[in-house]
Amino acid sequence: MAHFTKATSVKDWLNQRLAVETVERVMASEYWIPKNINFLWAMGMVLAITFALLLVSGIFLLMYYQPDVKDAFYSVNYTIMRDVDFGWLWRHVHGVAASVVFLIIYIHMFTGIYYGSYKKGREMIWVSGMLLFVTFSAEAFSGYMLPWGQMSYWAGMVITNIFSLGGLHLDGLVEWIRGDYVPAQAFLTRFFMLHVLLLPLAIMGLIGLHFAALRIPHVNNQDGEEIDFDAESKKYLAGDTAGSKVIRFANDFMSKDMMVVGFFLIFFFYLVFFQYGFALDPVNFDPADGLKTPAHIYPEWYFLWSYEILRPFSVNIGLIAFGFAQVIFVLLPWLDRSPNAVPASRRGLFSIWFWALLIDMIVLTAMGKLPPEGIFSTIGLVAAIAFILLWVALPFITKNEKKA
Amino acid sequence: MGKAFGAVAGVGAVGSLVAMKKSWDPLPSVKAAGFTTLDMSIYKEGEIITEKWRGKPIFVLKKSAAMIAKQTESQKARDVVVGDAHFMLAIGLCTHLGCIPAYVPAEESFLCACHGGMFNWAGEVTKVPPPRGFDIPPFKIDGTKLILGEAGPEYQKMKDSGVTL
Repeated sequence: MAHFTKATSVKDWLNQRLAVETVERVMASEYWIPKNINFLWAMGMVLAITFALLLVSGIFLLMYYQPDVKDAFYSVNYTIMRDVDFGWLWRHVHGVAASVVFLIIYIHMFTGIYYGSYKKGREMIWVSGMLLFVTFSAEAFSGYMLPWGQMSYWAGMVITNIFSLGGLHLDGLVEWIRGDYVPAQAFLTRFFMLHVLLLPLAIMGLIGLHFAALRIPHVNNQDGEEIDFDAESKKYLAGDTAGSKVIRFANDFMSKDMMVVGFFLIFFFYLVFFQYGFALDPVNFDPADGLKTPAHIYPEWYFLWSYEILRPFSVNIGLIAFGFAQVIFVLLPWLDRSPNAVPASRRGLFSIWFWALLIDMIVLTAMGKLPPEGIFSTIGLVAAIAFILLWVALPFITKNEKKA
Repeated sequence: MGKAFGAVAGVGAVGSLVAMKKSWDPLPSVKAAGFTTLDMSIYKEGEIITEKWRGKPIFVLKKSAAMIAKQTESQKARDVVVGDAHFMLAIGLCTHLGCIPAYVPAEESFLCACHGGMFNWAGEVTKVPPPRGFDIPPFKIDGTKLILGEAGPEYQKMKDSGVTL
């Protein structure tokens, strides 16, 4: 058994039992972050804070929400919005954060793509990040079911129908997922369970994996430079803080991080208090009706680009294209054949590829929101084909890339 | 020892997966409520009526004499004949992803707002993405009544010849 001595302070008492000083050193003061970074490196912390906001607001909503097809709509739109003091605040925080979290995820993702932060030992950071994107998507979808309005019902109908996999006609699988022929009570209760328990658990586990994956390769920097973290941290600890290429995670880097988080939160609460409407679709303020499809169905903005890849094709080709779009990002570290881990601006053709992909996804997003008619259908089709061709071309354009 | 432990754990794992799968199945009460009877003598010619079966909309259209006269072979194959009346009977969900297409009388067509699919008055697909015409619900003709959810010989024939899935 370990030897314990009479504690000289509370900290010493804890230190003997939990090694709090070692934990603090390993996790914070001697976890090294490069100096050569910019505000885009703060998006991880912004996401962590947004997730915390979703968790806290979700806990308060959970206390009044009723997962019953008869009561769900009124528990959200009457009880929470009118009866519960500040109930509107939790709902608006939850809705706005669910939307904004995807904006930050996309910025975080494209920052990673631009700076090549998925290469040279950082593959698992990328893969765990993409798994987080998938679970966040499932979390957003399951949460969207809960108010049981028209958009909840019909989004539930359309998305679960995707699992019949077109020409395979797996209607039994769709009915199994729903627990009914159409979305009904069994469907609502199981998506409630997924939203408040199973998926948040998975997200928290994956966040742990995401952080762990970062530990050994460390954070990338603006030039993709390979930093000798042992040597640089020794230099820092020896007193040459100016000459060292790294700083401590806490409090040095955290203080910069929280500065960006501060600006983000001002923007976030501006949306919550004054511009929350974008996160609450007016169609969803009609109770669910299984015999009436809304005139125009579209998903939330963050799913529009993949929705638009599904839409212009016949059902089987559309599903294949959609499936392609869902998994292709995960494979990025292996589709990019170039060993150069430098910003896209120094990578010739890849730079064009990066901006083309970004613009194409913005075009897909815009077309996904518009009705599938006339010129919009055509632009959507072209953009969807361009998306696929860009990914097919990636291995070829990166294979012949010159050493940067 | 390792193998024995693995075998016991494997049996337990398979057993719990079966239980989990079964727990997600539709409940018996849901399955039992899956039948609807329609009285086919009350419909007016040329009018689209939406009925409900298993929570899904069912389109019923009593065809007019003009419609019957201009029917093609493939449209005839979809006809549900009760007495001497001809009906278009269909599950009113787009065969793409399940939205309800709206009837546009001017075009004599059903237009789906979700992904732009179109169906004609006889229930055939005229514009992608839907891969096929409307599905026809299992039906059994009983005098002037139609029982939805039960497969009669007329329905079985349609299914066997591939008119519906």
